[in-house]
Amino acid sequence: MGRYLLQRLAFAVVLVFVASSAALLLTRIAPGDFAAVQGVELTSDQRARMRASYGLDRSFAEQYAGWIRGALRFDFGQSMLYSRPVSAIVGERALNTAVLAVVALVLAASIGVPLGIYSGTQTGTGRAVVRTLSVIGLSVPPLIGSLALVFVAARTGWFPVGGMTSATVINLGWAAWLADLARHVPLPALALAIPFAAALERLQSEAIESASREPFVAASRARGVARARAILHHAWPVSLRPVLGFYGVMIGSLFSGSFVVEVVTSWPGLGRLMFDALKARDLFLVAGCAATGAVFLAAGTLIADLLLAYTDPRVTAGERA
Amino acid sequence: MTRRAGIFLIVLTMIAMLAPWLAPYGAADAFRDFLHAPPMRPHFEGLSPMVHPLVLADRLEQRFEADRSRSVALPWLERDSTAPVFLLGADDFGRDVLSRLLFGARTSIGLALLATLGAVVAGALAGGWAGYRGGWVDEAIMRVADFVLVLPVIYVVLVLRAVLPLVLPASTVFLLVTGIFIAVGWPFVAKGVRAIVVVETNREYVQAARSLGATHWRILTRHVLPACSGHLVVQATLLLPAFILAEATLSFIGLGFPDPVASWGTMLAGASNYNAVARFPWTLAPAVTIFAVVLATNLIATNSTK
Repeated sequence: MGRYLLQRLAFAVVLVFVASSAALLLTRIAPGDFAAVQGVELTSDQRARMRASYGLDRSFAEQYAGWIRGALRFDFGQSMLYSRPVSAIVGERALNTAVLAVVALVLAASIGVPLGIYSGTQTGTGRAVVRTLSVIGLSVPPLIGSLALVFVAARTGWFPVGGMTSATVINLGWAAWLADLARHVPLPALALAIPFAAALERLQSEAIESASREPFVAASRARGVARARAILHHAWPVSLRPVLGFYGVMIGSLFSGSFVVEVVTSWPGLGRLMFDALKARDLFLVAGCAATGAVFLAAGTLIADLLLAYTDPRVTAGERA
Repeated sequence: MTRRAGIFLIVLTMIAMLAPWLAPYGAADAFRDFLHAPPMRPHFEGLSPMVHPLVLADRLEQRFEADRSRSVALPWLERDSTAPVFLLGADDFGRDVLSRLLFGARTSIGLALLATLGAVVAGALAGGWAGYRGGWVDEAIMRVADFVLVLPVIYVVLVLRAVLPLVLPASTVFLLVTGIFIAVGWPFVAKGVRAIVVVETNREYVQAARSLGATHWRILTRHVLPACSGHLVVQATLLLPAFILAEATLSFIGLGFPDPVASWGTMLAGASNYNAVARFPWTLAPAVTIFAVVLATNLIATNSTK
């Protein structure tokens, strides 16, 4: 177990290092730099001074070495676009993305899993309806889902559209802020959750269907255990394995989906930040975003693995599902 | 259902190829007096379908009313440039949404098909070679594939696209984006192919081919890879909608095709304003077609894996 954790930690460190370095290098060799993108109206003299002040006139090797030296002391440089330390901006935005992703995950699980148990153990119209819904849900990727929900919200006014909080709540207390946040979260979270809820339903349905055919379920029924209890207490825990295995796969697409939803609904998350930073050629901000994304990714897959080991004693963490 | 979904996709591809002949107007034809004109409903006068032309009722609010006293023929039958017919409405530049949807299908489906083909071929060759040769080749190829698979696809595409010059001619964008999609898509194919090839390479028919003196290339492409065809078809049905979406996402955020070019993504980019979406819902038409394509491919994919 300790060895396994060390391995995962090493993998995470490599992933963070490679992702941020690659992002830094790619942004550096990209045509145009921050001064060229932002200083369109400046004279070439002013632009040269701007370059010098941001250290853009140095060679990539120098720049990279300086950045690595700083990163080892947890100093990830200054954002040129926001004139603030990268770590501060990225921290705020990463939290926003995490809120969105966690709410979406919880939403997807609380819709998909019960429906999956239902459709996997029942027959008749209810099951057909759930199956149809899940095929449709699978076909509503976050881009389409968020556009559709924005349309519904703009038409009906059920949800506020765009952003994470209303501009007016800044001066109110944290309770009002939280209430406002709770009104803004459902729309983007739902857009993100729909395809995952559908995928979870499919998996859970198939898993519980095969789990309820296991001899121990028949045995518990023979002992006189009620059918509902046999399904929920005996078959369901066993069927969780493929479902939890899917979480590891889901993390990557969750990130991709979250980027799209953030852009469509103006959610101030990591995806939007990275996009803005890339367009502005804000070197260190791009690298910071990539590093944070890599941390999330590594943490997500680790949690998925640990969950799997926790719910199924036959798996020791590290075995692939 | 699978059959119908397949027929739908084939018909859609044919429509996309025939777009220049099917579309009533050009993709860039803008009617400046008809910004955000609503869809017009055809009715029959005798046997010929006609529509009532639109008159601008309020320029500021972009409100239109149908002129019930007049009728014009559908644009395929008779073209009247003063009274254009918008069966699916007009966008923010006064361009016909139906025409752009058809031309957009050509761009979006064409790109996705080309990228899918490229990713399947590249993935089959890379995975096949890795599984067939084994050793360090296998190790190297699969390490790279695993690494790409871990990363969130959209971010990789975003970074790769964003570091290239942002403003490029449409044909260059087409090739670049196709290339990027192939680069992120091949590992999905390669992983499964490798697993199948590793098993197949030890079968008798491969040994027979080898003992007859067949070259490695011949054994791989003529004997081993055909065993992967089922896997390749499934992967293709998964990659196609993913690429259509990725193009839509890229164009939506302004890193895809430049504006006058019609693609489903550039059309949605025009609908990114909340108020516009609520008032002019017909600009979301490409969202419906994307949904239909994804649904059709999902129906095929779920049934072929069973």
